[in-house]
Amino acid sequence: MGKNVNYHTITALVEDKPGVLARVAGLFRRRGFNIASLAVGQSEQPGLSRMVFVVDGDQYTVDQATKQLDKLIEIVRVSDITHEEMVSRELAMIKVRTTSSTRAEIIEVVQLFRANVVDVGSQTLVIEVTGEEEKINALINLLEPFGILEMMRTGRVAMVRGQADGRVSDSIGIDFYGDYGKELEMSAPGSYEGV
Amino acid sequence: MELTGAEIVCESLIKEGVDVLFGLPGGAVLPFYGALSKYSQLRHILVRHEQAAVMAADGYARVTGKVGVCCATSGPGATNLVTGIAGAQMDSVPIVVITGQVPRPAIGRDAFQETDVTGITSPVTKHNILVMDVRDLPRAIKEAFHIARTGRPGPVLVDIPKDILFGEKIEFEWPDDINLPGYNPPGAADEDQISRAAGLINNAKRPIVLAGHGVVISHAFAELQEFVEKAQIPVVTTLLGISSFAPDHLLHVGMPGMHGLAYASLALDQSDLVISLGARFDDRVTGRLSAFAPQAKTIHFDIDPSEFNKNVRANVAVLGDLKLSLQALTPQINREVHVEWLNTIENLKSEHPSLKIRESDELLPQYVLQQLSEVTRGESVVVTGVGQHQMWAAQHYRFKEPNTWLTSGGLGAMGFEVPAALGAKVGRPDKTVWSIAGDGGFQMTMCDLATAVESQIDVKFAILNNGVLGMVHQWQEFFYDKDFFATEYSGNPDFVKIAEAYGIKGIRVTDKAQVVGAIREAMETPGPVLLDFIVKPDEPVYPMIPAGESVNEMMEEPITERVS
Repeated sequence: MGKNVNYHTITALVEDKPGVLARVAGLFRRRGFNIASLAVGQSEQPGLSRMVFVVDGDQYTVDQATKQLDKLIEIVRVSDITHEEMVSRELAMIKVRTTSSTRAEIIEVVQLFRANVVDVGSQTLVIEVTGEEEKINALINLLEPFGILEMMRTGRVAMVRGQADGRVSDSIGIDFYGDYGKELEMSAPGSYEGV
Repeated sequence: MELTGAEIVCESLIKEGVDVLFGLPGGAVLPFYGALSKYSQLRHILVRHEQAAVMAADGYARVTGKVGVCCATSGPGATNLVTGIAGAQMDSVPIVVITGQVPRPAIGRDAFQETDVTGITSPVTKHNILVMDVRDLPRAIKEAFHIARTGRPGPVLVDIPKDILFGEKIEFEWPDDINLPGYNPPGAADEDQISRAAGLINNAKRPIVLAGHGVVISHAFAELQEFVEKAQIPVVTTLLGISSFAPDHLLHVGMPGMHGLAYASLALDQSDLVISLGARFDDRVTGRLSAFAPQAKTIHFDIDPSEFNKNVRANVAVLGDLKLSLQALTPQINREVHVEWLNTIENLKSEHPSLKIRESDELLPQYVLQQLSEVTRGESVVVTGVGQHQMWAAQHYRFKEPNTWLTSGGLGAMGFEVPAALGAKVGRPDKTVWSIAGDGGFQMTMCDLATAVESQIDVKFAILNNGVLGMVHQWQEFFYDKDFFATEYSGNPDFVKIAEAYGIKGIRVTDKAQVVGAIREAMETPGPVLLDFIVKPDEPVYPMIPAGESVNEMMEEPITERVS
């Protein structure tokens, strides 16, 4: 992921009801939007969960994705926080092959990254790391030569930074109208063949 | 008093003002039918195929503006509804669909007639819900109606397991409120957006209104007329916007697009401001987007913000109920005459007389529709299927009254004409209702002639019978080297005998001279009548802008054959 401009961070406050995740996933699939990552969990409000999507696409795709998400009845609020001041984190667990000769070296790398060893086996270490995607990518690069046996990443969780007005991610919302008159990169219109 | 789930459904429908529903029973939904039989306020119209139930509910909803209701059983009953639900979703029609589901303990076990109906219909409904507790039923139904009819209308499906319908009895309590924190349909538009729109309109030299289904849904007929008359702005209508503006009005230009009138497409092409009112820039209207109205700025009025910038980039977008938006807009518009622009359009009309029908001894399908418009004085409700007959009806029928034109627009579902006409007649018993079909589409839903007979629904059925899947045949002729594969219907039945077999009067028309008499006879005969017009085969619909092309590639009827 990293700093690629095509990745957008969208948060959604959703009602905690059966089938919501299926609806969201179905919407992304049928409209041809690509989800790079998706994280879901409880929010601060009972009965509401918060989702964070990282969406791969140009501004047109992201505008459509957020507006279509907003139309789902169980989605209470959608915000595109890509261009906001935000904090974002991801958690990863990485199982690395170790031998008696490499273990110390790996642990040194783990400490440099302020990551944790959460399981020690005779031939493996499980490392837990939290941070922005770049940090996790960097750690993975360093661990790769030792042999990564298994890896699980949670996807990005994100929140806009606090300001004097006490705003939250939900107050960002989405832009229904778009930028008038401004020529915008648009993927679908003008390019698809006749049907 | 404690009620069963089935009785709660009936009580809830009555609370919502429902007086008619279309359906077909089956095992899982049978407890509901058991209760329904005791509620004489709820008229149930039994159909022969579930697709007819949902399309009839659609037709009923379109003509009345109320929510149409249909029901079916689980499994095949529900899956047979899917085409009709998808059509209602594409054309923004408010319907509530009630389906029976297998009992809760059987869900997920591949039980007899079990399908994941909420899963299947999720992409083609505005919303759907599987009710898993009888206490949730009243709210589920109340919210289903609320969601269906407000904002951009659409279909809502309520799936109810059998054991909820006839299991535990509870006290019926109708909720006072709606509790949908994620659903806030727009109301009046933002004043800033209205004044931006007014600014563009007041500065335009060649403005044009593109009136869509939103005008009909919002009942903004008077507002549209007042707006365009004040600034003398010509009006083109989308396929679904056809009866939103009187065809004999001086500012009426007609339908543009793939089979639109040449002058309407050209007027749109030459305009400097497209004012889209409740239209969604379908590819059948725009053709190749990069070549659509190239000199024009765009103002997009819609109640669904996801339509803004979806296909065409709006310079100004106005979010809200169209009726309210136009009421706010018109006072800010300057009185204008646009003489030069209106003259340009008049010249386009005389240079491209798309509605002229050539002199011919043969029975031309477009002639039949022109005569139908004449004989009925444009006062009927006209319901079509999809294909050539639909385009000719769209071109030639001149609708006197708003909201009297029903067609399967976005989905383009053949077979819509028969059941939707049944629903339309139930909703508007005061009107003559014509179902216009091709011989292809008619055979998709003609089993519901039995419904017309049984429930005494007086629909006049016209078939433009050319023995082919006409529109597909036309594409084969134009774009597939005349390889007429799988489009010729050599095994068609005798439709007059079909009518007679159902106990309906059937009249065959083979000659031009019989057309007017047959239409009159159908109108004068009480009850359903079927007219089988044996029209000239191989007649293409003109004009035609090929898919993905622009107005520059428009094909018009060869001029030598046209008489003025």
